[in-house]
Amino acid sequence: MSMTIVPAAARSVPLRPATRRWLLAAVLVVALLLPFVLSDFRTFQLTLILAYAIALFGLNLLMGFNGQISVGHGAFFAVGGYTAAILMMIYGVPYWATVPIAAAVAFLVGFLFGIPALRLEGIYLAMATFSLGVTVPQLLRVRAFEPWTGGVLGIVMDKPEVPFGLPINQDQWLYYFVLAFTCLLFALGYNLTRGRIGRAIVAIRDQPLAAASMGVNIALYKSATFGISAGFTGLAGALATITVAYVSPDSFPILLSISLLVGVVVGGLGSAAGMFFGAAFIVLVPNMAGSVSKALPWAIYGLGVIVIMYVAPLGVGGLAQQVMARLRRPASGHGGGKEQ
Amino acid sequence: MLHILKKLTPALALAALVASQGPAGAQAPGVSDTEIKIGQTMAYSGPASSYGVIGKAEAAYFDMVNDNGGINGRKINLISLDDGYSPPKTVELTRQLVEQDGVAFIFQSLGTPPSTAVQKYLNQKGVPQLFIASGAGKWNNPEEFPWSTGWQPTYPTESAVFGKHILQTNPDAKVAVLYQNDDLGRDYRKGLVDAFGDRFEDIVVGEATFEASDPTVDSQIVSLQASGADTLVLAGLPRPVAQAIRKAYDIGWKPTLYLPSGSSSVSSVLTPAGLDKSVGAVTVGFLKDPTDAQWADDEEYKAYAEWMDKYYPDGDKAEFLNAFGYAAAATLVKVLEMAGDDLSRENIMKQVESLDDVAVPMLLPGVTVSVSPENHSPIRKMRTMRFNGEKWEIFGDLIEG
Amino acid sequence: MYELFHQILTGLSQGGIYGGLALGLVMVYRTTHHVNFAQGEFAMFSTFLALTLIQAGFSYWSAFFLTIAISFAGGMAVERIVIRPFHQASALTLVCVFMGLLMVTNATAGWLFGYTMQPFPSPFSDAFALGGFIPAHEAGTILLVALMLLLIYLFFRFTWLGLAMRATAENGESSALVGINVGAMLALGWGLATGIGAVAGMMAAPIVFVDPNMMSGVLVYAFAAALLGGIDNPWGAAISGFIVGVVENIAGAYLVGTELKLTLALAIIVGVLLIRPRGIWGRSFVTRV
Repeated sequence: MSMTIVPAAARSVPLRPATRRWLLAAVLVVALLLPFVLSDFRTFQLTLILAYAIALFGLNLLMGFNGQISVGHGAFFAVGGYTAAILMMIYGVPYWATVPIAAAVAFLVGFLFGIPALRLEGIYLAMATFSLGVTVPQLLRVRAFEPWTGGVLGIVMDKPEVPFGLPINQDQWLYYFVLAFTCLLFALGYNLTRGRIGRAIVAIRDQPLAAASMGVNIALYKSATFGISAGFTGLAGALATITVAYVSPDSFPILLSISLLVGVVVGGLGSAAGMFFGAAFIVLVPNMAGSVSKALPWAIYGLGVIVIMYVAPLGVGGLAQQVMARLRRPASGHGGGKEQ
Repeated sequence: MLHILKKLTPALALAALVASQGPAGAQAPGVSDTEIKIGQTMAYSGPASSYGVIGKAEAAYFDMVNDNGGINGRKINLISLDDGYSPPKTVELTRQLVEQDGVAFIFQSLGTPPSTAVQKYLNQKGVPQLFIASGAGKWNNPEEFPWSTGWQPTYPTESAVFGKHILQTNPDAKVAVLYQNDDLGRDYRKGLVDAFGDRFEDIVVGEATFEASDPTVDSQIVSLQASGADTLVLAGLPRPVAQAIRKAYDIGWKPTLYLPSGSSSVSSVLTPAGLDKSVGAVTVGFLKDPTDAQWADDEEYKAYAEWMDKYYPDGDKAEFLNAFGYAAAATLVKVLEMAGDDLSRENIMKQVESLDDVAVPMLLPGVTVSVSPENHSPIRKMRTMRFNGEKWEIFGDLIEG
Repeated sequence: MYELFHQILTGLSQGGIYGGLALGLVMVYRTTHHVNFAQGEFAMFSTFLALTLIQAGFSYWSAFFLTIAISFAGGMAVERIVIRPFHQASALTLVCVFMGLLMVTNATAGWLFGYTMQPFPSPFSDAFALGGFIPAHEAGTILLVALMLLLIYLFFRFTWLGLAMRATAENGESSALVGINVGAMLALGWGLATGIGAVAGMMAAPIVFVDPNMMSGVLVYAFAAALLGGIDNPWGAAISGFIVGVVENIAGAYLVGTELKLTLALAIIVGVLLIRPRGIWGRSFVTRV
């Protein structure tokens, strides 16, 4: 049961730095202008997609870079969302200040939960996280916590007002607010995976015993990775909750955890840019599937996952990078793909 | 950059215009001379998918109305979207319905948490949130949320009726309460607290909760039996209620049972539990149970059965929720007929608030629909019924909660 | 005292359901080293199949055995068509595939059979009731799980096929070298798991009733049972099923309250992984360099 999927990012041929900078700048400009072109509803939808992209990126840090599995990341999304809601509505903390706190709380929970993961292989972690994902919505209903969580009815929140007298509406402001966090976190995550820590994380995935013998503190790194991953997802949960302006135990069913897994898989393990595609997929496809048939959307969804795992185990992001790599190095026969 | 500014200016101007105009206007969005477009979120997937048949029944009812020429020449176009009972999805889809699809109003969206998530939004926008498919008491709050109304009797009203009945028939009752750990169960308990008042602690000798997703409630029933209660109030979805009835009987405990109206169907609750094990159970009802033989020759039931055959053949005639959707859709049709050609959102809401003792098919004899500007809880009348091993027998007077 | 006794008996009968499902999980794990997240959904689908047969006029027991046979074949087919192509893929890929299977099975059942809860008959008459202390069906369930366990034991211990399956699970390559058809053994393992799942589903159905979400609440308890007993040990899984059922009921009634029953299952899972990852009766595993 060795982990053999190679991160698409590590194998792809990087674009020239200048090209990459221009491309990023262009994407950013488009992202900044979108709210003026799109309707308020689409802007709102895009805001949600950005928040989910951060959550997927967090999960991908764990799965794509560290080779651990989580089938219960919805739990951390919930932790982040509830932290933001409770701080905002009960303690009067301004909404923007709740976001980093939510990330910190989710990090802590993830770090602690990651400890049992220290010695164990993927499948055990999958079972434990799945159980966590199923349990957390019930824990949120517990009566002892009701003064804070609002129990089964959850917490209705105020939608953030536009600050500084900016000539935009609330949906547009929220979009920029979430976009700023998206840029920040992707930059942070990207640097994390490229640096010393990132190399240690990848080494743990690919050669755990070798990494250990070379002095990498596997236990610490694994829990830390789990914590960071949970922190990203928790932060995303806070952003999504502020955007939706409501939180309740029903907001985080196990299907959310499964959706996050699906989003990472579709977007591409180890791919950062693919997470935007994955997020768009999990937000938009169920809506489309719903209009195709009232009974079968999840069957189509599930079948899609199996097919993607079969034809493109690195997801759409991975597939795109494979194709790019093939085009660039046609003769080497080293153009990515599953190395099994 | 100039290009962007050009694009920006009309967008801003339009936004300002829309904002200044507000929700008032002649006809509501989605209303033309030939069509009334209405929106709904429903759980066709996820944990509450058993309720999805409500949306299907309502769509089928509107098909019938449209085949008969619609309402004042307008056909009803119901856009019913699957939110999987997940509030964030409800917010997204409701905004899509209102802003993108341009529906006139929201009708019978399912569930307390999902509807709570969009209540503020719809009220700020002045979009009617009509006949929410949930028995929570909170929908009846016209001062704060003038655009929202419930439809069915509320959970606290139902259980308050039980409380009064228990006090009348068995003043020394020792009551056990088994309730679902969600809005339904908690609201039900609240009604009992109201009915028993100071004596709640004395009367209620045992309480236990369960989660809607728990595989069984067997253990809770064993605990409650040990409390020495002679009366058992059950507040939950059909599955746990049926489990509780059967388990209590099987371990030799025969308390007087009180069942919520939503979990009293002969075919989908009492039959799984065992008809012989349900004898003597008490419920309050507002709808004719389509599986109850006493309605077989009833005109309204016959019309219902005919409609099922013609417009909804793959549906289950026996399903209580199909009758529920049928009656709810019929209520809406009454409102739209009353509104005539003035289909502004204000007038639709005004017509809803002028529903006064209106009879709707498939409601129990004497039960009617009334809404006023002060009271947004449309069905307040109920009948107490007792199960005789075969069917629900109505007893006592009409109750107004 | 009377209540405690009842709580234990009720826990045992629920434990039979958990144990049955856990047994299926172990069967799949032993043969292919996967954990089938769709095990509960397969059991649900099999139960719908049995219900359809019974409604079509089959007697209970003919429907019972026919369902096991069809589920067995279905399990083998799923292994062949869906799982085999991934036989060298990573654990991560497979977890995703199982999630896909879970969604497909659940939604297809909803589409075919609807979401309305339906009753399911029990084959056990009152003769099984132990002196009125325990309902007939619950006593029958406990007996049937015990019987199933015995049959599995006999199968693995005394038949050639059982031996070959054990050999394959132990060391696939060496088994192939001595002429065992490894592919067939893997499929057989899946067939067995799905067949056992079908029995668990049909035993659970008279208690939890039949609808597409009937097993969604059971899977976590089955995980707890499988891990507690040791994920590769059928005996351990079945016995732990009973343990989890009893502990859940007693703790729910007297200690932590009913709101935290599921949390208790999670605590068992995390606790086992922390303290003794191979479970009570599992074998320790060795990592090869």
